[in-house]
Amino acid sequence: MSNFLFDKDTWQEIYSSIRKNKTRTGITIIGVMWGIFLLVVLLGAAKGVENNFNKLFGNFATNSVFVWAQQTSKPFKGFQEGKRLILKMSDLDNIKSEIKGLEFVVPRHQRQSMAINNFKSGTFGVFGDYPELDNVQKKDLVYGRFINDNDIKEKKKVCVIEEEIYKQLFDKDVYPIGTYIKINDINYNVVGMYKDGQVGSGGPQGNIHIPFTTFQQVYNTGNTIGWMMITGKPEFDIKQMEADVKLLLKNLHKVHPKDERAFGSFNLGERIAQVTGFLTGMQFLTWFVGIATLIAGVFAIGNILLITVKERTKEIGIRRALGAKPWEIKRQIILESVFLTSIAGALGIIFGGLVLMLIDATIGKGPDAALTNPTVDIPVVLIAAVTLVILGTLIGMIPAQTAVSIRPIEALREE
Amino acid sequence: MIKIEKLHKSYPIGKDSLHVLKGLDLHIKEGEFVSIMGSSGSGKSTLLNIVGLLDNHDSGKYYLNGQLIENLDEKKAAILRNKFLGFVFQSFNLIAYKTAVENVALPLYYQGMGRKERQIVAMQYLEKVGLTDWANHLPSELSGGQKQRVAIARALVTKPKVVLADEPTGALDSTTSESVMELLKEINREGMTVFVITHEEDIAEQTNRIVRLKDGIIISDEKTAQKINI
Repeated sequence: MSNFLFDKDTWQEIYSSIRKNKTRTGITIIGVMWGIFLLVVLLGAAKGVENNFNKLFGNFATNSVFVWAQQTSKPFKGFQEGKRLILKMSDLDNIKSEIKGLEFVVPRHQRQSMAINNFKSGTFGVFGDYPELDNVQKKDLVYGRFINDNDIKEKKKVCVIEEEIYKQLFDKDVYPIGTYIKINDINYNVVGMYKDGQVGSGGPQGNIHIPFTTFQQVYNTGNTIGWMMITGKPEFDIKQMEADVKLLLKNLHKVHPKDERAFGSFNLGERIAQVTGFLTGMQFLTWFVGIATLIAGVFAIGNILLITVKERTKEIGIRRALGAKPWEIKRQIILESVFLTSIAGALGIIFGGLVLMLIDATIGKGPDAALTNPTVDIPVVLIAAVTLVILGTLIGMIPAQTAVSIRPIEALREE
Repeated sequence: MIKIEKLHKSYPIGKDSLHVLKGLDLHIKEGEFVSIMGSSGSGKSTLLNIVGLLDNHDSGKYYLNGQLIENLDEKKAAILRNKFLGFVFQSFNLIAYKTAVENVALPLYYQGMGRKERQIVAMQYLEKVGLTDWANHLPSELSGGQKQRVAIARALVTKPKVVLADEPTGALDSTTSESVMELLKEINREGMTVFVITHEEDIAEQTNRIVRLKDGIIISDEKTAQKINI
């Protein structure tokens, strides 16, 4: 038995049997190949969508909620409806002390301003930020650093720019760190630049970040806050936190508790959970479709081998008359099945990989890529391959059993 | 070599059963050239299948080479067939996609003989039947007589105790039949026990002993008149 697999004759038997039935073998192989091909391509595409999604949202803490103030829509405690609300720095301290499970609360200011560097200029979103923003929305820095505590304390005139702004305001190959750009007639020292392609606010023009305290001083915002980003600890429900924060704010600003329009919010955690759920569903569907197709393909192999065994009944009878033991007939047919499924599986994986490479090369590049880096994990491919071989063995047992269950005398009977 | 005592065999047909062999007694000694004669339905093929271990009997005793055959499973039967028996069929039963020499070597493969050795032995037997030049031809490229000679070479290649031939000339014209019979006679002269089944009188007459079967019973068992080679 041990040298059965390495015996040239074993393989010659398989080769002659396959050569004898080229069409049948070809069609069968295509059937299984198609199954594993679909599995690989679908999994790769699902991974591509997931990567794409991570590229857009990945730098945000996923359990974040943005909160800002609007106008009241209900009269309350003597105030008319339509009262303008403004968030204050003191709200921040109240939130920090009242709300459980907070990780970060980051206040921000925002406005549109013209920025000038020598003869180049553009209108961008200018943000007043604390260093903590980097915890909530990770900045992928290319050069320099993000705003630090010292900048906040000394109200420094420094700024961190997005790569998009660098492209618009600087000549190519100029090192931006240490240069100055002018915003509303004030010069800011550029201390950092980060990669763009992130979902945030400020529009497509790109963002400029200056220290929060500098923003307060320059634009005379006093102790108000434009809006805030709140991040919860992973084990806390961000949706509940969003409701709690808004209720607390309504209380502090003397707003009717049921006034839904007084404070606006955007729950990033919830949005991300929705998309993640969708991705999980898509992956499940992919596996389901792929495996179902695979099983169908393997059954096709079994079916075809069964037909072959019927066709070869006489040959099997001859072999048994010449002294082939039942097990020798069986293992030959099982090996044939395993061989066919393995070949088909290998081809399917190779073609699937090639198609993924093709997808990557055509629509997988650039900022607007539909799929980013569509890949399949090697272990996944190996699991698929091993499953295929096991299924091939199991399905091969059916025709093998049929082959030996026919008595040689019946197989040899003249037609 | 082959000893049969009170052999019975019946086949179920629906609810009834067809009693094919009704208590045969037969003793074939080593080196004999025996033919079994009978019309179709006489039970001669059933007898051959039982002797050839392709089928089992219902009652009675069967000794092959002194060994009592009973409770054989397929594996044991396969080993005994390979060791003691060589088959020659009416329709040759060569494997279509194997060349002549590969067909001859096949029983040796199931004996576990190595590839090169097998090739050499198979070529020796092809030479014996005069088909050295046709060794690498497929059966479809051979004439009927050549095919049957390949089949005989295949039956002999394991050096069996008995060659069982089921209507060996049934699919051949008279000239080719003649040469195949000559080959079988020659094998017999070399000491091989040959057991032929036929319904042709002139074929049976070329053997040394004719056993006539009718309706599952031996009606006559006689030596033929021809001279026995010493």
